[in-house]
Amino acid sequence: MAVALNQQQDFIEKLNKIEDMLKKYQGKRSALIQALQEAQAIMGYLPIEVQKLVAENLGVTLSEVYSTITFYSFFNLKPIGKYHIRVCLGTACYVRGAEKVLDRLKTELGIEVGDTTDDLKFTLDGCRCIGACGLAPAIIVNDEVYGRLTPDKIPEILKKFE
Amino acid sequence: MEMVTLTIDGIKVEAPKNSTVLEAARKAGIKIPTLCFLKGVNEIGACRMCVVEVKGARSLQTSCVLPVSEGMEVITNSPAVRESRKVTLELLLSDHNLECPTCIRNLNCELQTLAEELGIQSIRYPGVKSKAQYDDFSPSIVRDTSKCILCRRCVSTCHNVQSVGVISPNYRGFETVIAPVFDMSLNEVPCVNCGQCILACPVGALKEKDDTHKVWQALADPDLHVIVQTAPAIRVSLGEEFGGELGGIVTKKLPAALRRLGFDKVFDTDFSADLTIMEEGSEFLDRLQNGGKLPLITSCSPGWIKFCEHYYPELLDNLSTCKSPQQMFGALVKTYYAEKTGIDPAKIFSVSIMPCTAKKYECQRPEMFSSGYQDVDVVLTTRELSRMLKEAGIDLRKLPDEEFDEPLGISTGAGAIFGATGGVMEAALRTVYEIVTKKELDNIDFTEVRGVDGVKEATIDIDGTKVNVAVAHGLANARKILDKVKSGEADYHFIEIMCCPGGCVGGGGQPILSAEERWEVDYREERANAIYEVDRNMKLRKSHENPAVQTLYKEYLGEPLGEKSHKLLHTHYTKRDLF
Repeated sequence: MAVALNQQQDFIEKLNKIEDMLKKYQGKRSALIQALQEAQAIMGYLPIEVQKLVAENLGVTLSEVYSTITFYSFFNLKPIGKYHIRVCLGTACYVRGAEKVLDRLKTELGIEVGDTTDDLKFTLDGCRCIGACGLAPAIIVNDEVYGRLTPDKIPEILKKFE
Repeated sequence: MEMVTLTIDGIKVEAPKNSTVLEAARKAGIKIPTLCFLKGVNEIGACRMCVVEVKGARSLQTSCVLPVSEGMEVITNSPAVRESRKVTLELLLSDHNLECPTCIRNLNCELQTLAEELGIQSIRYPGVKSKAQYDDFSPSIVRDTSKCILCRRCVSTCHNVQSVGVISPNYRGFETVIAPVFDMSLNEVPCVNCGQCILACPVGALKEKDDTHKVWQALADPDLHVIVQTAPAIRVSLGEEFGGELGGIVTKKLPAALRRLGFDKVFDTDFSADLTIMEEGSEFLDRLQNGGKLPLITSCSPGWIKFCEHYYPELLDNLSTCKSPQQMFGALVKTYYAEKTGIDPAKIFSVSIMPCTAKKYECQRPEMFSSGYQDVDVVLTTRELSRMLKEAGIDLRKLPDEEFDEPLGISTGAGAIFGATGGVMEAALRTVYEIVTKKELDNIDFTEVRGVDGVKEATIDIDGTKVNVAVAHGLANARKILDKVKSGEADYHFIEIMCCPGGCVGGGGQPILSAEERWEVDYREERANAIYEVDRNMKLRKSHENPAVQTLYKEYLGEPLGEKSHKLLHTHYTKRDLF
């Protein structure tokens, strides 16, 4: 209960911060991407509440805001976990079994690609070549690369983040 | 105008400097196929159907966005051009739901036509299809993205023509889908149900919610007394669905056709348009003389009403409290008409034929149950009526002329012009002028409020009182007027707003023209001209002279704005969220 209240408080504080930030973009349609980037820096992601604020302040439709967010992959619609796991699905990793590694991650974490665990600890994503083909198949957790993986090595890696 | 000379397919062509190669070619009688191009609405070069070879250019160019230049040499029909168009079209078709014979746009589909014209006989690209959305929760508009070709004509229409902007391309690449935010239903976002997106769609990805089955069922039920009303704009558009000319007048074919479908009584919304003028004209005079809220804004157009509720709630008090003619009619059918004929209103099934998809939403509003029943049970668009007639084997062209039934089929020219932008204003002025001055108008044509200009303004002298009026059609145009009212910049007394460009003749339920046809001729103007011809040929042309309306007041309503009118013919509005 207390945790939920804290989270709500935190959310509202961040919304207020975003509203302050948007003052400089009043009626400026062309500042959409800039405003979204700054809003995401504050909130960590772009929930509908933030999108509405951006639409209202910049004078664009909510539809345009959503369209822009979903076009660019660096905008997140959902909260990102503390550990952002990205599985390389580039050609080299793919032929050396990246899909099996990804499947194991899905089972271990109990989430699908693009989702975040309920405790906000892990987010699972696929991505294109990360330039670590020599270590294929590879994943990145936040900024650290883990290579030459097999599905069985996954539980061990995840343990490090508990 | 500065002209340049270029060569297209070896022909020397002169064209204005700022025109495009597509326009120059068209003038020279050379056809370049297009798909995403919708003149004046969507000119973005996205579909690459209109590619041409330009001497000196490295790759094929999209002619719809390519400006002409002096000495330019263009080839519109080379092996490379033809192959490119074919590949593009086949790729589009490879991700298209090819259920053409059962599609609502079968034989009126620009994709289908192009496939035929470009000689596509097989599709070389099998593969997965993108994930489709089917959204039929809106009472007015159905989205089926399995047929969408991502041309964005609907998006431009929604954002720029109507300034509503509730659909956009979401996601990217193969996942792209034209949808409301968070892939919600159109029913959950501030869509005004105007259906202009349907008119813009080259394929069957957007269509009206089909309610014909409800009407078939009612017509087959011997216990029901099924009546129908037809809107002013139908009589200048339905003929088009049967191969008639644009704006052909079919007023007298309508009763014949509807009787043959099995309707027990065929009435005319023009009657309640006249009634609307009596109520709204009185309301205007009341506000003008007694210091009421001005400007008064008309309330016939349900798309406009919902737009005002979402986007300009601060102006709701300016809206006339008059229901639309459709809903006035509905309320009277199950009260006045039921009493007069001794028919149990519970057994009356009330259908209206409208040029409008927003009317489908309007008839379900909770305010529209004044008779104790749903006042109008089903709204069919012009297109749905045409489908029913075709299904029943009724060819409009081969029918005899017939008259509407009395008394709710009696109308004047003032009722008829409700179908065109400026018509409600003109009809109101004819009546208000004569009521106030007690003099007959020398000239009843208020031509200053007619025509295709997006915003029209005029000052009318009524017995020494200068009345400033404004007329707007299309919601982006409406915004121009409304913003002036909000800022206090304008000093209007009376405003007419119609949601759709051209007014009801251009309604979202009307026959659909291809982009090519729309470029050829202004269909709204053609239909509006026909409406004014209908008016000119009427014996009675002023609402207050309608004998059936006079009888209605004598027998039943009492007087305009009276207690019964208030209960049956007037309504109220609700502020709605924008997000």
